[in-house]
Amino acid sequence: MNAPGGAALAPQSFKSDIKPVWCPGCGDFSVLSALTRALALLELRPEQVAIVSGIGCSSRIPAYTTCYGFHGVHGRALPAATGLKLARPDLTVIAAGGDGDGYSIGGNHFLHACRRNVDLTYVVMDNHVYGMTKGQPSPTTEPGWSSRLAPGGTGMREFHPLVIALASGANFIARGFSGDPNGCARLLAEAVRHPGFSFVEILSPCVTFRPDQRAWKDLVRPAPVTPTDDPARAARRLMTDDGFNLGVLYKGNRPPYAPARAPAMPFSELEKEFAR
Amino acid sequence: MRKKRRRRAAARSEARLRTAPKRSGAAKRTSATPARLRPRARSRALEDFMARAYAMERDAAERYAEFADQMEVHNNQEVAELFRRLAEIEGRHAKRILEEMRWPQMPEPVYAFAWQTPEPPETAPVTELHYRMQPWHALALALRNEERAERFLESIARSSTNPREVRRLAAAMAEEEREHQRLIREWMERVPRPAPDWSRDPDPPVLGD
Repeated sequence: MNAPGGAALAPQSFKSDIKPVWCPGCGDFSVLSALTRALALLELRPEQVAIVSGIGCSSRIPAYTTCYGFHGVHGRALPAATGLKLARPDLTVIAAGGDGDGYSIGGNHFLHACRRNVDLTYVVMDNHVYGMTKGQPSPTTEPGWSSRLAPGGTGMREFHPLVIALASGANFIARGFSGDPNGCARLLAEAVRHPGFSFVEILSPCVTFRPDQRAWKDLVRPAPVTPTDDPARAARRLMTDDGFNLGVLYKGNRPPYAPARAPAMPFSELEKEFAR
Repeated sequence: MRKKRRRRAAARSEARLRTAPKRSGAAKRTSATPARLRPRARSRALEDFMARAYAMERDAAERYAEFADQMEVHNNQEVAELFRRLAEIEGRHAKRILEEMRWPQMPEPVYAFAWQTPEPPETAPVTELHYRMQPWHALALALRNEERAERFLESIARSSTNPREVRRLAAAMAEEEREHQRLIREWMERVPRPAPDWSRDPDPPVLGD
């Protein structure tokens, strides 16, 4: 975990020269700031970290860092990140994206990444809207949110990512708020340190298409509970959660998936199978 | 003509803010440098306090630079330039702390210093920005930052658990923040006040009917 042969780096060292194109006021700026701060706190170096994303506003994040980055296919951040971590277990792998990318297009991958429990961290910048494509409702949009693209709202119950993550086997579940970048940095550092699949949802307002989300800063609060490793207790908490409790909500102790480092069968034996 | 005069006056306020004494009255000190800031005499508590003050200024400088980038990307050049100047001013304040402490660089990794508040004291949240904001808004944001910094320093100055030297220094710095507020208010008077519908975009990003 520590930077080999050199002093720890400042957060700015993890920021690239590319200027983010997010809208001024977007919560994703704070997430970028929190992420770079967390990497500095962890005393990592950019070449020890890979950030993998899908498509969407928040998925642009790898380009804004000096770490290895992969801006992949819509909804496919997690399979790419999983493959990378299995091939390069020495790397700290962080998958990042938005609610549309992660819960809709990539919804199936989300379930199975939680289930597989590979040692990586998944950060979802949730703004309850598809911002890049001009404001369509996403899986986490409230049923009654009315907009020009969804007059009267969708009328559909929203997706509850933390409950789904717990039910699917995620080993670390937390929620942060982009208005608290220092708190997010601590959460992200803890998530990276925790073995297995760590899921951090960060409420990140979209000030362009959801200006009402500026009010989130008055709604969020630290969760009035200590983290638990008991899935049943965590389930009760998350099922009654209103979506604004911040902090670590579940910290499991399931060992992460670790593939065998040697083939189960020698190649000579395999060859015999083909010779039949 | 009036615009030109305003611009010149605003430049004067900015120049005064840039050269305003910061951090323990550095501008006045020559041979009378307080013993508390000399490397051999200063305590660990004082060093910790100055490291925090440095982190506060550096974080403010970095955030203003980020704000300038955001405004530049959205072609709001006037506000971008103002944020760039504010970044430069805060960066100068941070550098002055290093010089006063005779630190070639930070003696320990202060970036690991975790503020217990959502944002560092002199740093505005990113959600306060708007792509159509005007210089007046940027200065109002800077003013709020200075006010928060003053409250932070005052709380240190008033805390009886802090050593006397730290409290005295914090009180002096809080006074400097008040002076900065005065200069920013002066600066604000010299830039046009935004119209009530300043944020109205004739070509809004939201899809029309």
